[in-house]
Amino acid sequence: MTALDSNEMVLNMGPQHPSTHGVLRIVLKLDGERVTNTDCIIGYLHRGVEKIAENRTYVQFAPYVDRMDYLAAVSNGLGYCLAVEKLMNAVATPRAQAVRVILTELNRIASHLLWLGTHALDIGAITPLFYTLREREGVLKIFENYCGARLTTHAFRIGGLQYELYDDFEKEVETFCRQFLPKVDEYEELLSGNRIWRERLRGVGIIDAETCKRYGVTGPVLRAAGVAWDLRKAQPYSGYEQYEFDVPTRTSGDTLDRYFVRLDEMRQSVRIIRQAVANIPAGPIMAKIAKVVKPAVGEAYVSIEAPKGELGYFIVSDGTTHPYRLRVRPPSFVNLQALGHMARGALVADVVAIIGTIDIVLGEVDR
Amino acid sequence: MRKFLRRFLLLDLLEGLWVTFRHQSPSQIETEQYPSERPAVSERYRGAPRLNVHPATQETLCISCNLCAVACPENLIVVGSVRNPETKRKDLVTFTYDLSRCMFCGLCEDACPVDALELTQDFEIASYTREGLIWDRQALEEGPRPTQYRQ
Repeated sequence: MTALDSNEMVLNMGPQHPSTHGVLRIVLKLDGERVTNTDCIIGYLHRGVEKIAENRTYVQFAPYVDRMDYLAAVSNGLGYCLAVEKLMNAVATPRAQAVRVILTELNRIASHLLWLGTHALDIGAITPLFYTLREREGVLKIFENYCGARLTTHAFRIGGLQYELYDDFEKEVETFCRQFLPKVDEYEELLSGNRIWRERLRGVGIIDAETCKRYGVTGPVLRAAGVAWDLRKAQPYSGYEQYEFDVPTRTSGDTLDRYFVRLDEMRQSVRIIRQAVANIPAGPIMAKIAKVVKPAVGEAYVSIEAPKGELGYFIVSDGTTHPYRLRVRPPSFVNLQALGHMARGALVADVVAIIGTIDIVLGEVDR
Repeated sequence: MRKFLRRFLLLDLLEGLWVTFRHQSPSQIETEQYPSERPAVSERYRGAPRLNVHPATQETLCISCNLCAVACPENLIVVGSVRNPETKRKDLVTFTYDLSRCMFCGLCEDACPVDALELTQDFEIASYTREGLIWDRQALEEGPRPTQYRQ
């Protein structure tokens, strides 16, 4: 950081600040109450996941991807499995694909719910946190019943699924969907109907579509700026082309619009889940692949629409059972780069709102 | 006038309270009063490992194939066995499972060909020492011994 003017000040935010959602440190350069520059310092949660991948077999590495974006572990697992399957020229069975879609969309709801609760908490609305966590519990219960773990699920395997559906799966998912939809309306009533909430968020952290594209920002942040870019529509994977859903967009690209986009996404996820649950194809859950996963020499990149944006896995294989190199394109890390643009000129109090609205998970930023 | 009555009778406050009370029905409460109330873990829950024995003969089901140790991403399973000269099979001698490094991914139980190693529904595996989390064959066969609290 360069020398300061006499009226400038440097403020350290984090890494223990509760509103940075983890161990993110931001060095804010302030002119009075206005932010003139931000400097993100990351790496406090760095575990070297990409290096670990080089020392594990393809099957063994699957549990580790859950620990990057731990709020959307199922999405991470899906991205990784799809990437290895592409490397091996294998495709999951139709039944496995349908179950994958259901669980991934449930995970999207869980991730957005936690985002909504914590974001509202940052802004000062404490009550929604308890309600959203309660609804999230319904999703976690389904995960626990299905694969035996709530958070770091390790639900998918390369080539399909390990676990067959349990007896009441369809019923439980349908019950959740039925009870969940009115709850979204209630959140909307509680928050959007609140004048303080609207005034607090409108016009904060504006980012336009062009800037989003320049930074490579994806996910709800991009869609709130008016670009209807959703990888589930743009390059469908895992059978998303069979399902009918809309890509919710807004135009102004501020914090309030991102909130609306995420609320709408939860409704769309319920729509997808209902279509998928209604007709889960019968058949095997595991494709016929070799027991020892040993892809031919080559490389593959697969990206999926995780709750936070485009989540990509790039794997280079040298023909052995271990990946030669694995690179993750984490949505949180890329979206965080836009923080400087969004926070410039904002008030210090708005920085908290802007970090919250990008929806970062530090496990994924640092890897 | 209407606005005045609304303010005077605290209608907005009552409306807010109604939302609060609506969310207090017992069917909507997810909080569990652990430890007096036991959590209902699911059937497939991946908790403490167990090395199964034959219920009738009490002999171990493990065939010392070492597949779990190979499957484990953290290399925390060590299987010790000796070749039995009479049956030409491997007999299990020691089985060590380092729970302190386990992430309960379930790959070991998936790999087991005879369903000897299993992740059970037991979740109370806390220990006062790091060494206490390295389970030997006896601990794995008998299962965890959680502290019992008297009422």
